[in-house]
Amino acid sequence: MKEIVVISGKGGTGKTSITASFAYLDGREIVVADCDVDAADLHLLMRPDFAISENFYSGVIANIDQNACTKCDKCAEVCRFDAIPVINKQYIVQPLDCEGCGYCARVCPVDAITMEEQNVGDWYISTTKVGSAMVHAKLGIGAENSGKLVAKVKNEAKKIAEEQGKKYVLVDGSPGIGCPVVSSLSGANFVVLVTEPTVSGIHDLKRVYELVRKFGIKTGCIINKADLNNAVEKEILKFLSENDINYIASLPYDETFTKAMTKGKTIMEYGGGSIPRIIEESWDKIKELA
Amino acid sequence: MKIAIASGKGGTGKTTLSTNLAALLAETEKVILTDLDVEEPNSGLFIKGNLIHQEEKFKMVPRWNSEKCALCGNCQKVCNFHAVIQIVDQIMVFPELCHSCYACSELCPTNSLPMIPQKMGELREYKLDNLIFIESRLDIGQEQAVPLIAQTKKYVDGKSSDEIIKLYDSPPGTSCPVIEASKDADFVILVTEPTPFGLHDLKLAVETMRELDKKFGVVVNRYGIGNDDVIKYCRVENIPIIATIPNSRRIAELYSGGILLYPEVPEFKESLLQIIDFIRGNISGDEL
Repeated sequence: MKEIVVISGKGGTGKTSITASFAYLDGREIVVADCDVDAADLHLLMRPDFAISENFYSGVIANIDQNACTKCDKCAEVCRFDAIPVINKQYIVQPLDCEGCGYCARVCPVDAITMEEQNVGDWYISTTKVGSAMVHAKLGIGAENSGKLVAKVKNEAKKIAEEQGKKYVLVDGSPGIGCPVVSSLSGANFVVLVTEPTVSGIHDLKRVYELVRKFGIKTGCIINKADLNNAVEKEILKFLSENDINYIASLPYDETFTKAMTKGKTIMEYGGGSIPRIIEESWDKIKELA
Repeated sequence: MKIAIASGKGGTGKTTLSTNLAALLAETEKVILTDLDVEEPNSGLFIKGNLIHQEEKFKMVPRWNSEKCALCGNCQKVCNFHAVIQIVDQIMVFPELCHSCYACSELCPTNSLPMIPQKMGELREYKLDNLIFIESRLDIGQEQAVPLIAQTKKYVDGKSSDEIIKLYDSPPGTSCPVIEASKDADFVILVTEPTPFGLHDLKLAVETMRELDKKFGVVVNRYGIGNDDVIKYCRVENIPIIATIPNSRRIAELYSGGILLYPEVPEFKESLLQIIDFIRGNISGDEL
């Protein structure tokens, strides 16, 4: 079983539309994992049935028993996150500021502070409209630990792939280079970088590749909206060849992706000139490389 | 006045709006633009100025000093993040897991875990006439964006009076980095696009801003593509649509080359002027 992760550094380059197209093509061979738990959109194209739903608990948050509190100020003193202001003469924990370190609870002389488990989101096991299994999640508003929820989604997807004897886990990752991305990269066999020929696209591609390189994972790159700027596209191609990144394909700038999305369809179903063929060839190439 | 420019979905035009708005405002007044998308900062690709200040940014992490350590195991016990672990007669620290809470260090009976600074990124400040541009870049491999965002905001707070308009280009998503970037903003502009992805992530962003009790409005980018569900949603939810930016390949092409749009595209400048009017009419003055 191979794990293929699609990321981009920059948001909005077309990760999810392309991932959904691969998933549509090869539904029977893969398990899909939407690891962009912050702003998960893959379900809008894959129409999963949300068959199994579970709460995800991770991390803790301080809660002060106001009746027991002697207002000694120790908790506020040790809190490095300024999460315990005094409001109306009471020490009140601000949930969005509390990191869950528990230092306050350890120094409270009267044990008035308890650390309570946080429900940071929900995760689901579904069957998609093409019959493949899909694991996805919804992070609670302002929740931390998105990296841990990413790991949970990925591990569940892997488990299902093993049980069902599927060949691939296809992961839709999140933008950026921080904890959710690091979490989606760990254990991956192949990374697909989806970029665009814009100054931001190449800038972010270089940064995210530097991260991928630390993991030593084999990498390929798809240039989306490739005809938007020929000079930058050339620069990207040069970067790929200098860095041992497999060039997979270039897709044209085409609003058909958006039109298909508006109908809740992948471009494979909706049709769009040469694009479905290029995507099919790309997916074959990725499977070969992975 | 602090205005955060955010969005649930990535790639909707946060940076385009932040940089153009800042540059246009700077034609007549002082403005500070700060790029808080420290994982992938892009504003600097569109704003060129003279570098006037540069500093490394650090987070504090414990370092084990074996000399006096009694191997009592307390540090491991108090660390909720598994960043300090005792393996036989060694204490191991995993800085990438550390949240800099100081518990292990300050609760160590033998003071064997002093906190030391570890570099997490760099802050740079540029100046171009009326415009101050500040950006921070997270070092590759550092997982936590929040401490760098917090320190960058502090730096900005330290240098300016309240009257100046301060724009904050925020990271995408709805989790901790966005919260950190927008939690002390006076107003949040949510940039979206009129597509199912745009709408879905806009709803998440709206929930987040309501949770934070923020005043916010929406700018619809790529207007004309997709459908009108975003517009309908905003009407039903009573969310002000501050401006729309037309969908145009020419805008995408100019953006791709790192070019500021408003001097080239009159309709876009018109949208920016609407946004500036809105800011002046709705969020300055008495309410602050």
